[in-house]
Amino acid sequence: MPDTQVVELGYGGNERLMMNMGPQHPSSHGVFRMILTLEGETVVAVDAVIGYLHRCHEKLGETLTYVQYPSIASKTDYVAAMTSELAYVSAVEKVAKLEVPKRAQYLRVIAAELQRIASHCLWLGTWCLDMGGALGGGATVFLYCIREREMILDLFEELTGARLLYGFHQIGGTRYDAPAGWDTKVRATMDFMAKRIDEYEAMLDRNAFFLVRTQGVGVISGELAQAVGVSGPLIRGSGVKYDVRRAEPYSSYQDFDFVVPVETAGDCYARYLVRMVEFRESIRIVRQALDGLPEGPISSRPGVKSVGQVRVPKGEGYARVEGARGEVGCYIVSDGGPKPYRMKWRGASFSNLAVLPHIVPGHKVADVVAIMGSVDPVFGEVDR
Amino acid sequence: MTLPPVAWHAIEAFVVLNALLILVAYVTLLERKFAARMQSRIGPYYVGRPHGWLQPIADALKLMLKEDIVPTASDRWVYNLAPIVFLVPCLLIFATIPFAPELGVADLNIGVLFFLAVSSLEIVGLFMGGWGSNNKYALLSAMRAVNQIISYDLPFVFVALVPVLLAGSLQMSAIVAAQQGLWFVAYPVLGQLAFVLFLVATLAAENRVPFDILEAESELVAGFRVEYSGMKFALIQLGEYAHMLGTSFLGALLFLGGWSGPWPAWFGPIAFLLKAVGIFLLVTWVRWSFVRIRVDQILAISWKLLLPASIVLLLATGFVVALRGAGGA
Repeated sequence: MPDTQVVELGYGGNERLMMNMGPQHPSSHGVFRMILTLEGETVVAVDAVIGYLHRCHEKLGETLTYVQYPSIASKTDYVAAMTSELAYVSAVEKVAKLEVPKRAQYLRVIAAELQRIASHCLWLGTWCLDMGGALGGGATVFLYCIREREMILDLFEELTGARLLYGFHQIGGTRYDAPAGWDTKVRATMDFMAKRIDEYEAMLDRNAFFLVRTQGVGVISGELAQAVGVSGPLIRGSGVKYDVRRAEPYSSYQDFDFVVPVETAGDCYARYLVRMVEFRESIRIVRQALDGLPEGPISSRPGVKSVGQVRVPKGEGYARVEGARGEVGCYIVSDGGPKPYRMKWRGASFSNLAVLPHIVPGHKVADVVAIMGSVDPVFGEVDR
Repeated sequence: MTLPPVAWHAIEAFVVLNALLILVAYVTLLERKFAARMQSRIGPYYVGRPHGWLQPIADALKLMLKEDIVPTASDRWVYNLAPIVFLVPCLLIFATIPFAPELGVADLNIGVLFFLAVSSLEIVGLFMGGWGSNNKYALLSAMRAVNQIISYDLPFVFVALVPVLLAGSLQMSAIVAAQQGLWFVAYPVLGQLAFVLFLVATLAAENRVPFDILEAESELVAGFRVEYSGMKFALIQLGEYAHMLGTSFLGALLFLGGWSGPWPAWFGPIAFLLKAVGIFLLVTWVRWSFVRIRVDQILAISWKLLLPASIVLLLATGFVVALRGAGGA
């Protein structure tokens, strides 16, 4: 594997300091423990410990029926719940060979892209919080981002009744149709968001302090990115043009015109640039989907009467979608009953996090949090 | 007056100290309100409606009621002494600041030197806190503190000497007197450069974002004070803000002419306070706008940029002063 730096533990000698970062730490974005070995301020090795948030999610998925699970699927990546749900229902639809009506597909796209914007808002805010501190400029960016994220959550609340975990998708379509007047609100919000994103860029793009903290920090080479299997903004920031929405279009993504941003530097700043373009591209996709939203049913299946109603023929299938953090995959084996025989999640954060031991050593302690923030992990998805 | 001068000084010191503590408490409220406006929030509101006027008092009361936790593995003497060692120099710097002509605790003839010497003593308390806590975050923070404060004290001192050279005196009141006609910030080229460098060095000396690597709450949790609670934490907090305010007063005195200006004499002290608060708000504005930079970058800025620049500035000032004839303005 290229650029691999082996993590050794159990150092002797008294020049080195072992320091725990996490599981309870202001920058851990959840519960994540990094055992850092320091020489002065420089990190020489990092041992990443995960599992503090493990809650047997895949086993839970095998005990719940196809009707019940979509609203639980959102609890894997709770910051981008729409895309987790979408991955699950897509996998089931693949196994069951169910058609999804065009309107439902478009609604799914709108939900997924709005979710991407909301998730990126949280990423930008928390990342700046990591670098700037809760008592500094980072907190200012954080509060701005959270303010805009609220507006998207308001849209979701109107659509589904929930603000964080939605249960919007169901097998064969969506559970809810867009309420009357919703599309004008979405359009207005998107116009507003576009202005706000200009503001974020004005605040950060040429900000010398921001640049010195992000440029050249945490460089992931294209080779390393592919060897470790990172996806999403991380791999696109490393010069690999890979986006599931383009590589294997699902849910009518082939209908939309959007740019897949690629940066070659591979550092934190490249990942920032990629995500900032994604903000705008998501806004474009939402607008296109609203313009082209077809009339018709929102589900190919009748309304749900009982939890065991959906039965899927014997078989297996894997569906993947482009979540806010990368490729979210769901693998399902069906034995013909109302519940999957086996299910497996491919969490984007989990794979992205695997790159940490390769890029962190050699950096300063302060860079560790900057790198962590630019990876943007959600630990519900890492530990499942 | 029948009181001996010593008693007068003691009374003055008592009054200044108490006024100062109240001022420091309300400066925290000011900063919180200011930051809140920047972040489109409201800030403290409910304690002492309508604008949170009682918030600093409530905070102080809360901290007094908190349990005082001493980690079992700490170096108890060092740990317990550190907040006091930290606070005393931070309050002592106000001793030499005159708030108006003849209104101050002690207008020493080496006032500026005293201020600079005492204000850099805070590092001792800081390091004691970081060391005595026996905590790795605190230790790292203490290491950073020593690095940073030593690096930034040099440019800070050199820049502070620019007005001293211009005025030809180390006495604070004499420096203000020298600015009756023209504030030193308006002195062509030298004044502005020195003021900007002073602000940057101030940010670092006060450990504010973007130079707040000692606290660095997202890396080192709370830095050297991570283990402190209750009143000890309050003392450290008080010391930090007092130091910040003291440096703002120094800036207002060295560059903005202290109490001098086109207003009646009674308004002088108020103008001085407003100027100091203005500098404080300027620093706060920077604090709430930028992200923190890394320790190596901070040191690089100091040694490669700030220190040479301040030395050149000081030499240039000396040259100018020598040209126009040493001594008065």
